[in-house]
Amino acid sequence: MIGTLTGFIDELRDVGVPVSMVETIDAMQAVETIELGDRTGLKETLRATLIKNLRHERAFETAFDIYFANVLGPQGDPGVPGESPSLTSPSRSDEKVDDFDLDALLESLLKAMENFDSEGLRSAARSAVDQLAGIEPGRPVGGTYYLYRTLRRLDMAALEARLAETLAADDDLTDFERRLLQEDIAARLDELRQEIQDEIRRRLVADRGRDAVARTLRKPMIEDVDLMHATTLELAEMEAAIGPLTRKLAARLARRRKRRSGRLDFRKTVRRSLATGGVPADPQFRHPRPHRPEVWLVCDISGSMATFSRFTLQFTHAMSAQFSRLRSFAFVDTVDEVTDYFGPGVDFGSALHRVTTEAEVVWMDGHSDYGNSFETFLARYGTQITSRTTIIITGDARNNYRPTRDNALGDIAKQARALIWLNPEPSSYWDTGDSTMSQYGRHCDSVHEVRTLAQLESFVEGLSLPGQRAIV
Amino acid sequence: MEFESPQAVADALRSQHYLPDDRIAQVVFLAARLRKPILVEGPAGVGKTELAKALAAATRQPLVRLQCYEGLDEAKALYEWNYKKQLLRIQADADHDWESIEQDIFSEEFLLERPLLHAIRSVEPVVLLIDEVDRVEVETEALLLEILSDFQVSIPELGTIEAASIPTVLLTSNNTRELSEALKRRCLFLHIDYPEPAREKQILEARVPGLSEHLANQITRVVRSIRNLDLKKSPSVSETIDWARTLLALSIEDIDEAALGDTLHVLLKYQADIEKAAKELGT
Repeated sequence: MIGTLTGFIDELRDVGVPVSMVETIDAMQAVETIELGDRTGLKETLRATLIKNLRHERAFETAFDIYFANVLGPQGDPGVPGESPSLTSPSRSDEKVDDFDLDALLESLLKAMENFDSEGLRSAARSAVDQLAGIEPGRPVGGTYYLYRTLRRLDMAALEARLAETLAADDDLTDFERRLLQEDIAARLDELRQEIQDEIRRRLVADRGRDAVARTLRKPMIEDVDLMHATTLELAEMEAAIGPLTRKLAARLARRRKRRSGRLDFRKTVRRSLATGGVPADPQFRHPRPHRPEVWLVCDISGSMATFSRFTLQFTHAMSAQFSRLRSFAFVDTVDEVTDYFGPGVDFGSALHRVTTEAEVVWMDGHSDYGNSFETFLARYGTQITSRTTIIITGDARNNYRPTRDNALGDIAKQARALIWLNPEPSSYWDTGDSTMSQYGRHCDSVHEVRTLAQLESFVEGLSLPGQRAIV
Repeated sequence: MEFESPQAVADALRSQHYLPDDRIAQVVFLAARLRKPILVEGPAGVGKTELAKALAAATRQPLVRLQCYEGLDEAKALYEWNYKKQLLRIQADADHDWESIEQDIFSEEFLLERPLLHAIRSVEPVVLLIDEVDRVEVETEALLLEILSDFQVSIPELGTIEAASIPTVLLTSNNTRELSEALKRRCLFLHIDYPEPAREKQILEARVPGLSEHLANQITRVVRSIRNLDLKKSPSVSETIDWARTLLALSIEDIDEAALGDTLHVLLKYQADIEKAAKELGT
């Protein structure tokens, strides 16, 4: 048991979940309180002691399924490779599929799904994998291929239709009821898919051993996913993580005062002291005036930045809830203000839609032109930049070999409190090809590579701003 | 607080009309065994605070609650010297020598107990709820560390005060900011999410007497459907309960588009959300 547990913790650390020594000891102690064979208990115990962040749960689930799949599996699968009879069962070639009764299997699946019978569903999924997955021992794959093979042969669409037919007792459903029914069915099919995937994973672990399977299934943690190439699903997951981050940024920019109250209010203190015989027992303070930072976000939303700009706009959206004085701008080859699209209570989808359709960010040909964008920006909004304004520019600084006109950026920098540039490209790519990062960079107070959520986080953590500048 | 098994925890909580799932029961059981605090995290309104209340009621222990807010400090959370009283004491007999006065004014009599110290010094064990711990600043968080790991408080003038009995500690967080590693390391982590439809139905049945099974079914299905939408704020369990009560009060037996449209504002609190849900569900 200890061996498995250390292997499991090593795997978690390899994926990037921080597990401290103390937490390991806690887990070891905690495991002693569980009765043997209680798999749910084990899972929840390990989760409570080892995982301290919701973002790491996905990694935990995967690793747990691999490491404790057949040790304490509900049916007690044999854990030694080669001993599992199901592995070499008669499903290797396509012709043999016809031998067994697919209809009977479908029938039992349907029945289990109709009655929410998890146990029945599991055993049906088990035989489905037996018959249809055609697992080939020794192949170093993650199981996705087997999953699709099984699902294809089960014909999920037909299954869905039949389920709909059985569940919809009468035909005259309203649209509303139909929608609820569809979601019911989707939830049940998801459950089936999950069961099949778990089953396949169990087989793979039995075949190739835990460590090998864990290596194949390893996915990057959400904070390490490259923002330029993130999938929609990953972006959605990041959205949840952005909220806390913007609040942190807000706190950094506000440079909270150390003292918890303001200067002594002498008048008030003396007046109060009369109650205690002239002893100033209850000092009164003036209310401190909180520092209100002004933040301007300037985002490149050209085609090359599509995924990243979606992320930065998401960030903008989350920020606008934090700062009352946030202004946002978008540019491709010219710049336009988009602050109003992100007003309070607007949801992100519609804001994004308005930015892409209504904002006037294209002037010539729709290719990035930083030079023109900055000049326009300076001409239009330059007078409104004050010594309290922090400007954050996000973009790859790829200027399509156009004149950089970086003096405009210099003038912007001179007027602002601080100018920060966030670049989603690895710093080794800067100044290659049409990237003009260093020409722009010398006007900035700091330039940061922000390729992942983790880097954005460390940028926020390390943020310190210069004091207010003298107005030139 | 001692429990035989996670099942015993579940039964005890159920007797207080709190329906825990496997995860909650297991973590509470574990916390009691290992004597460790639980950090409960999750969206607003899934029953984080309710868990502490139910636990206190189930074990017949008093609940000591520290509500966190921005600007919470030692004086409000731990202890404070009642220095008005100290000043008066000094003034009252100015002719005494300083030594004896000093001894006197830094004694129990002048100590104002705040929730954390109270929980530690209480002879009978208590359930200590530190609510919305993510609201305090990172610096203030450090205040909690000594209590959470060693169950003791150090007061410079009095020395270290150790716990008379080990309290059961629950911290809740809405995850508005990342808590410090040091704090997380000392706690067991429990994430409570929106319940599965089956469990939510049980919760409804426990909390809303007189609800028909058909209606409970429909409610959980509609709520799940709404939670699947991309909203600013998804309906919480407490809002689901409110909605069930509303439907019951209006004696609606069957939810259709019209009934949903009329009562959607009970479930959703943002106009944008209400409009979106109404559009998606075709009401």
